[in-house]
Amino acid sequence: MTATLERPSVPVKKTRPTTPARVALHVFLILTCLMTLAPLLWAVYASLRTYDDTSVNGYFSIAKSLTFENFAKAWEIGDLPHFYWNTFLITVPALLITLVLSSMVAFAVSRFSFKFNIGLLMLFTAGNLLPQQVIVTPLWRLYRLIELPAWMSESESLIDSPLGVILIHIAFQMGFCTFVLSNYMKTIPYELTEAARVDGASVFRQYWQLTLPLCRPVLAALATLEFTWIYNDFLWALVLIQDGDKMPVTSALQNLKGTFFTDNNLIAAGSLLVALPTLVVFFVLQRQFVGGLTLGSTKG
Amino acid sequence: MTALQEKPKAVAPSGPPPRRRGKRATALAGTDKLVLALMLGIPTFVHLLFVWIPTLGSVALSFSRWNGIGGFEDIEWIGVGNYVEIFTEYPRFWPAVQHNLIWLLFLLIVPTSAGLLLAVLLDRELRFSRIYQSALYMPMVLSLALVGFIWQLIYTPDGGLLNSVLGLDKPVDWIGDSDINLYAVMVAAAWRHTGYIMLLYLAGLKSVDPALKEAASLDGASASQTFFRVTFPVMKPVNIVVAVVTVIEALRAFDIVYVINKGRNGLELLSVLVTDNIIGEASRIGRGSAVAVILLTISLGVIIPYLYQTFSKENRS
Repeated sequence: MTATLERPSVPVKKTRPTTPARVALHVFLILTCLMTLAPLLWAVYASLRTYDDTSVNGYFSIAKSLTFENFAKAWEIGDLPHFYWNTFLITVPALLITLVLSSMVAFAVSRFSFKFNIGLLMLFTAGNLLPQQVIVTPLWRLYRLIELPAWMSESESLIDSPLGVILIHIAFQMGFCTFVLSNYMKTIPYELTEAARVDGASVFRQYWQLTLPLCRPVLAALATLEFTWIYNDFLWALVLIQDGDKMPVTSALQNLKGTFFTDNNLIAAGSLLVALPTLVVFFVLQRQFVGGLTLGSTKG
Repeated sequence: MTALQEKPKAVAPSGPPPRRRGKRATALAGTDKLVLALMLGIPTFVHLLFVWIPTLGSVALSFSRWNGIGGFEDIEWIGVGNYVEIFTEYPRFWPAVQHNLIWLLFLLIVPTSAGLLLAVLLDRELRFSRIYQSALYMPMVLSLALVGFIWQLIYTPDGGLLNSVLGLDKPVDWIGDSDINLYAVMVAAAWRHTGYIMLLYLAGLKSVDPALKEAASLDGASASQTFFRVTFPVMKPVNIVVAVVTVIEALRAFDIVYVINKGRNGLELLSVLVTDNIIGEASRIGRGSAVAVILLTISLGVIIPYLYQTFSKENRS
């Protein structure tokens, strides 16, 4: 009785959105968003102005004219296409292999019961949470030890080779992906693979043709996240690649800083160009991005 | 959320218990067993080789003196000498510990409360909610290295946004002054971290049973009482994730100080001390590894409780 009496009163409040409290809330949120966006907008503004303009009038002034010149200059002087390509060569294989390997572990752990299932999952999860500096020194030495034929790596070892960076991304990122994927696969009805098994499907078919297609949404979310994370990596490439020419674009920023000396307009344009791929991914695939991060957290 | 859904399914097959499990194991054909072994074996091997063996390597090397360039025969085992030196003589160690602690406290207080507040504000029927969320999430996709670059445009003493807005007579050197640069950099790091915390709490708030809140308000609890006494405690799992993420983020902090000034002059961090031994001038692998082990010990202090809380449920079911 009381419930039915009270219910109407609540929606009435909700359908009248223009209360002062609501207005205040929107004002507060708009201001917060503007403050959040301010650093990026400031970089955009600086990047569109000429060096002559800002050196005379300062940055905090109305622009005389706006131009894309800085972007063209940063693109050329910074040799950005070359560094984008380096990043591409690292990110795409690392991303794909991470997803394949971690989905295999997740499948095996979630569909079959072994004694060491939980131990294995804990190992992967813990490995992903370690600060990179804990492993970076021995890894750097290990990479110098592992010899490779010249066709695999110009330096004939894992150091100074994109392959080395790819491998550590795979090893490190597998933890998060395995955790998320195994949680997801456990929600797939057990009877599904059971039925396939009775029909004589091999383990590999159960994985490849049955389980993976069902995991498409999570795989998309993880791919979005991992793209951003691998693209954004700074430390691994900085330590494991010594030849500045082979650096991916994020680590090469360090070189760009020297190239652009103190021309802040150029630095702004260069930074925005480097940020562009992740920003595009964010705008196009925001649902996947947010979904992936949420999946990684709600469990547990 | 997912844990709740999966439980009945996980229970169902184990209902008619061990016998079926035994049958299944024998039902696996030889090739299937091999395939499974490879599916588990290859990834585990890669993970162990490149993550856990180096971790153990750090522990071992922390008891040695070595320049890292020569062969293993040059390694000189010196016991706990590196630790003694770090704690008593190494001038950059205690400032770095202090900076890491300040970093951690700052991240635990500022972005966490800001993220929580924004999540609470956005967790309702609200127009433009998606636009607000997009704007607040956006810094999250930028690398910390880029954040360093972008914020330098704000902090530069001449013509930087901050000094211009403040309109001070004597420009403040936000990055160069070793008394304040740590805080300036932490604000930039927090700028990026807040969106992530907000995302975690928004997911957490959505998973709170609305009946709980309703019950509390029926009992006459005010909105803030409902939040602090009911909603917030119920979100314990999210709070733990936030705590773990923040501690790890604080320990990992490196990129941003490295692009700004290579982690010197007031911006020393433990991560910088480790990395300096391989890409900086000091090549003392033993001492660097000892700092790495200290980082490891602190991070295990949050990783182990996190694992316990995450996986203990599965152990029980």
